[in-house]
Amino acid sequence: MKFSLAIAQISTVLGEIDTNLAKHRANIRDARQQGADLLVFPELSMTGYVLQDLTPTVALRPRREDPVFRVLLEESKAIDLVVGFVDEDDRHRFFISAAYLSKGEVVYVHHKLYLPTYGLFDEGRFFAWGDKISAFETRFGRMGILICEDFWHVSPPYLLWLDGADMFLFTSASPGRGLNQAPQLESARWVELVNQAYASMFTSFVVHANRVGYEDGLNFWGGSAVFDPNGELMIRAPQHQEALSFVEIDTNQLHRTRARLPLLRDERTGLIQKELNRILEHQIR
Amino acid sequence: MKKPSIDLSINTDLARKILTGFIHSEITRAGFSRAVLGLSGGLDSALAIYLAVDALGADHVLAVYMPYKTSSPDSETHAQAVIDDLGVPSLTIPITDMVDPLIDLYPEASPVRCGNMMARARMIVLYDQSEEFHGLVVGTSNKTEILLGYSTQFGDSASALNPIGDLYKTQVRQLSAALGVPPEIIQKPPSADLWIGQTDEGELGFTYEEVDKLLYLLVDQRYSPQDCIEAGFSKSFVETVVKRIQRSHFKRVLPPIAKLSNRTIGYDFLYLRDWGT
Repeated sequence: MKFSLAIAQISTVLGEIDTNLAKHRANIRDARQQGADLLVFPELSMTGYVLQDLTPTVALRPRREDPVFRVLLEESKAIDLVVGFVDEDDRHRFFISAAYLSKGEVVYVHHKLYLPTYGLFDEGRFFAWGDKISAFETRFGRMGILICEDFWHVSPPYLLWLDGADMFLFTSASPGRGLNQAPQLESARWVELVNQAYASMFTSFVVHANRVGYEDGLNFWGGSAVFDPNGELMIRAPQHQEALSFVEIDTNQLHRTRARLPLLRDERTGLIQKELNRILEHQIR
Repeated sequence: MKKPSIDLSINTDLARKILTGFIHSEITRAGFSRAVLGLSGGLDSALAIYLAVDALGADHVLAVYMPYKTSSPDSETHAQAVIDDLGVPSLTIPITDMVDPLIDLYPEASPVRCGNMMARARMIVLYDQSEEFHGLVVGTSNKTEILLGYSTQFGDSASALNPIGDLYKTQVRQLSAALGVPPEIIQKPPSADLWIGQTDEGELGFTYEEVDKLLYLLVDQRYSPQDCIEAGFSKSFVETVVKRIQRSHFKRVLPPIAKLSNRTIGYDFLYLRDWGT
């Protein structure tokens, strides 16, 4: 199967949902006009990133009764969407979230699992920790969503792989840091390196949608990218500027790569489970 | 033990891209399109204005040269060279008549006290021009001087945004060369020019080259003071710098507000300045 995937590498207005929704709609229109079947937006694309005390005031509910999601669900009748937002659950916990929308329905909502609360990050102060790692079916095959720090840890992509995901949808609002002589920041180099490694080791498609723009002194570096199951770079958006990037995905590449390199077939999950149990039981770290 | 090789050099194209984007973003989203900079004739303010012009265009940047009667004639020559090279609108506003009446009241005032008066007088002039020119004041303090506290609080450290505050002085030199700042400004000894013959390195007691490497280990690489000594820096140098960083921290934070209520500015009333923009 072949389909056209697009990444909307956008900047956002901090805490202004209506303005950000309008930008989503403009990108959806452009992506549709250029034939995209699936459009991926970055982390917290509806709200901006450093929300702090804005968090409870920008939270949404991913269902038709929510006026913002009503619009997004309507848009998803013509094109599948991944959007970033703050999800307020029924018990009023706030999650950094990404929703996969298709044919007017919410297919899946991922809650960010790992909330960086160190260095320049303070997510754990404002958000609840997600507690579910699961792949989900789409009309283009089984996929999994992770948000930024989630894929700085190796275990969530691994579990999604075992759960059947052949395409990883990674979204970020990654602040750029680490300027040296290299033509890109250290943080950009690191993320691209691990994403390429995931595509290679899991013989899967890796899609990374990162945002751009500034919030106070923080810059977001963009450089959204797609790697194929061979770990080859398919597209890379420019760094530090908005872009709408397109790539044609040929899911038959999974067949070709895995016929050559049966890493998934040979993965010894029983052994992993046994050893993990032993390690946890003996609390060896 | 031999000092580790410490390379502070940066990719100047990337630095330029990020910093001009920062200036443009932070000024336009605040509802402005212009910037005001105090030009001293020195390197930091020269770099800041080259970046500001890159970000906003020459017509949108006002250079203000504010000499005191003892200011070095070289300072004016160098400030003028920058103004001519960039073609920015400029003003020369001497501060002598503002500062001298206060100094006259305290003839015994130390050079540091007088220097602080001058730095704060310049801040008043800049913020007045900010209103008149409808532009935000762009800061010109570098990472080295901010960490060492080598500045006057509410004086030269006052600004609406600072594009160069995460660059060490040696990196300021490198980026300045890449942006075309006149070489005579890059090469001259750095000076606050608050009194005749003053140089930064003379007053601090060490060179920027040396202290930048030490700061890079202490701050960026999270070395302990003992690690730095083991890496080859002298004990007294490390102790002096560590103490300077600690004792000047008050200049790097907002004044603490005494907490009384359930929600207090600075502690649990947390929003970015870019809130809503």
